[in-house]
Amino acid sequence: MAIDALPPDATARPRPAGRFRRLIDSELAWSFRHSPATIAAAVVTLVLVLSALLAPWIAPQDPFDLATLDLFDAFTPPAWTEGGDPRFLLGADDQGRDVLSAILHGMRVSLFVGFTSVLFAAVVGVTLGLLAGYLGGWVDSVIMRMADVQLSFPAILIALLIDGVARSVLPRDLHADTALYVVVLAIGLSYWVQYARTVRGSALVERSKDYVQAARVIGVHPLRILAHHILPNAIGPVLVIATINLALAIITEATLSFLGLGVPPTQPSLGTLIRVGNDFLFSGEWWITIFPGIALVALALSVNLLGDWLRDALNPKLR
Amino acid sequence: MPLLEVQDLRIELPTRRGTLAAVDGVSFAIEPGKVLGVVGESGAGKSLTGTAVIGLLEPPLRIAGGRILFDGRRIDNLPYEQMRRIRGREIGAIFQDPLTSLNPLYTVGRQLTETILTHTEMTPTQARRRAVELLGEVGIPSPEQRVDAYPHQFSGGMRQRVVIALALCVNPRLVIADEPTTALDVSIQAQIIALLKRLCREHGTAVMLVTHDMGVIAETADDVAVMYAGRIAEIGPVRDVVKNPGHPYTAGLMASIPAIGGPRDRLRQIDGSMPRLFEIPQGCAFHPRCPHAFARCTAERPEALPTGRTLAACWLHDTPEAVDA
Amino acid sequence: MIAFIVQRLVQSVIVMLTVAFVAFALFNFVGDPIANVVGQDTSLEDRAKLRESLGLNDPFVVQFARFVGRAAQGEFGLSYQHARPVDELILERMPATLELSFVAALLALLIGVPMGVYTGLHRRGSLSRLLMTVSLIGVSLPTFLIGILLILVFSVQLGWLPSFGRGPTVDLGWWQTGLLTSEGLKALILPAVTLGLFQMTLIMRLVRAEMLEVLRTDYIKFARARGLTNRAVNFGHALKNTMVPVITITGLQLGSIIAFSIITETVFQWPGMGLLFIQAVLFADIPVMAAYLVLMAFFFVVINLIVDLLYYVVDPRLRIDRGTAAGHGH
Repeated sequence: MAIDALPPDATARPRPAGRFRRLIDSELAWSFRHSPATIAAAVVTLVLVLSALLAPWIAPQDPFDLATLDLFDAFTPPAWTEGGDPRFLLGADDQGRDVLSAILHGMRVSLFVGFTSVLFAAVVGVTLGLLAGYLGGWVDSVIMRMADVQLSFPAILIALLIDGVARSVLPRDLHADTALYVVVLAIGLSYWVQYARTVRGSALVERSKDYVQAARVIGVHPLRILAHHILPNAIGPVLVIATINLALAIITEATLSFLGLGVPPTQPSLGTLIRVGNDFLFSGEWWITIFPGIALVALALSVNLLGDWLRDALNPKLR
Repeated sequence: MPLLEVQDLRIELPTRRGTLAAVDGVSFAIEPGKVLGVVGESGAGKSLTGTAVIGLLEPPLRIAGGRILFDGRRIDNLPYEQMRRIRGREIGAIFQDPLTSLNPLYTVGRQLTETILTHTEMTPTQARRRAVELLGEVGIPSPEQRVDAYPHQFSGGMRQRVVIALALCVNPRLVIADEPTTALDVSIQAQIIALLKRLCREHGTAVMLVTHDMGVIAETADDVAVMYAGRIAEIGPVRDVVKNPGHPYTAGLMASIPAIGGPRDRLRQIDGSMPRLFEIPQGCAFHPRCPHAFARCTAERPEALPTGRTLAACWLHDTPEAVDA
Repeated sequence: MIAFIVQRLVQSVIVMLTVAFVAFALFNFVGDPIANVVGQDTSLEDRAKLRESLGLNDPFVVQFARFVGRAAQGEFGLSYQHARPVDELILERMPATLELSFVAALLALLIGVPMGVYTGLHRRGSLSRLLMTVSLIGVSLPTFLIGILLILVFSVQLGWLPSFGRGPTVDLGWWQTGLLTSEGLKALILPAVTLGLFQMTLIMRLVRAEMLEVLRTDYIKFARARGLTNRAVNFGHALKNTMVPVITITGLQLGSIIAFSIITETVFQWPGMGLLFIQAVLFADIPVMAAYLVLMAFFFVVINLIVDLLYYVVDPRLRIDRGTAAGHGH
């Protein structure tokens, strides 16, 4: 491109003093402020995450407290339609539960599983990637073989498999208690590969650089080298992967729960709610499944947008 | 009449922090069959000028002022399709990296015949024969076999020869060579420059040779334009610019070329560095680094003033005789 | 060339063995194989005898070899849930899944690729931006939700299309097809769209991204500098170079359609292998799970192999013949 004819820093500005100022003025902040879609996405994500966190306090009704449920309220349509009730803004389900409250609590579970599985995948992936890249040799080969094998299968299949196997291995009565951890494990294990590959690439590049060689010669402990030198360089791409991964993790969890394999029925996530509501689609009570669906899409979409923005903003080639 | 005339060309780049002038008021002319060298540091605007001449500026870069005339006709404002017909046929181009200039998925012959067929009325068979001929002309051994080879099967120097063949295959009258040897081994560089020189002389092709290598210019060009911060510092016949530079920047460039033999002292350099696009100084762009700068240089941007046989944008030459002349 | 094929084959065999091992582990260590075959009252003695006769006391390696041998012939024993041979069950359900997947893949390709090319070429146009926004939503929509929405609109509200099952099928020997009846075709539409939509958006974004990358290269710039027509540059050069990486990734994506069919089949109650698998997981029906796993592995390995070979055919840089000068690069 013609713009390549200019040297890389021809249009760069000298950094103003002060770290906070630098953040505000940085390329990152600039591209954020000038992209309305990204700002909207950030706002939506913030709102959803906050309302999920505060669910126990801001939900109009506690959907788990059976005492507050009244079967007479069952199938109440949304408040703005005919037959609606202002107590149930988004309507009520077959047990008289407020759909809005169910969604708020459901988002909590969805987000919890999403975040923890991404964290898990990132930790596993980054560690394995660092080991593979830095140590090389047979460690590298083994890890990369595993990655290759796993990559030839879609993540959902792997998650299904792990969930299914755990189910078969654990005795039935433990299912409900451990289901949450099983889901996190399943999703986490299906997505570690991308982190590993990226970090490994970074590690390989940094490892051959002179300052790392120097550190090794001096005798700096390998863990220190990894943590202080190699890791910071890989953080950028890892963040991008994590954000995009988050949306995927949330969707995967919803899918697993929809199939009946994810979180236990005592802690319904958005996917569980959708599954339950699906049964009533034909009889016309669409709100029980559609509103959780909208919440899910909103969450996934805004996280995806944030991830897209982050990727473009951190991509040196697009500057 | 000059074959190519660039008048007061201004290329702007709108950025987040305002509009920058990457090329600001550049004027020069190339006579048919002559070689104009355009020399300067990275970022001086030389490649952009060449890209603008051949009409391949990509947005957000755009021509914001001035004119480009080819054979007396304006070409800077032509619609795409008309410019496309000129490209390749009348104005050719060679870029820096032969490795990435060729499509790896097509044979060399296919890329040649495609270009020939686009611009001429030949049949495919004739085009193929011509392609083989061309490969021979640029010095590729066994062209009848090599014509069906893929780019990755050639070495760097051979690839650049193929690129030259592609650029010259339908005999354009002007070729823009943008750093044609920078990516090659030093030993190959001389061969490629010699080839280019010979072919252009044989076909009467004018050349705009963009490079940062003064040595290549001295050997190959008839005239040279020295660019600095998007402006032309000095322009004139090559011998005069090199022997008697009129602009302090040119003088600095000449002085910093180490001479083999001769007294060994420290390498001379010009202190400081070329300003980036958004911090171009007022007045003369070079004045902060110029040993001869005076008050006027900081205030007014110098026009191109005659200094003997060259033109230099420097107030040092604003003598009474020059003003009258 | 031969060396390449052999190497890939060896890799494939290793992958298959690994998967077979996992399946075998499932079989032997998850639950008690005996427990599903005998009743509560069977004496310990009889159980021991049964174990012996089934070869469950043989060394690990022997059991594994036996398992692999049987698996290679498609023999996985009886389903716990249905008490029928697993291979029969799978063969019964395969046509449904394959037809669905094939139609979905076709849809994804026929719409995804042209849209990707268009949005790549007309990067800043308003239609492109619209398509990109829609595609972003497409990527954020889980498959099952798409299915539910489609059902809501086309089945419940409009009543145009059926929302479950496969409709009447025509028997063609060992294959039952739903493609030959209009009812069957109608039943195929919603599930196929659901299944293909996600892939369609992925393919579109992929093609676009590749196209944009290619359009920035030096050889495209040089092609333009030679005055080649827009058509030649965009389709002769850019498109061809875009397709090389796209083919491989698309191939792998389409392969995963078969796996994603699990979800679609559940939403639409489509009687395919996916539905069978889900039911097996919920029931802890190990033989079916193991068989499905091995089958999927085989399938993916084959797809990977085909894709690798395709890459080889399409990209001349991989075909290094003897006596060439410098190496290749991009």
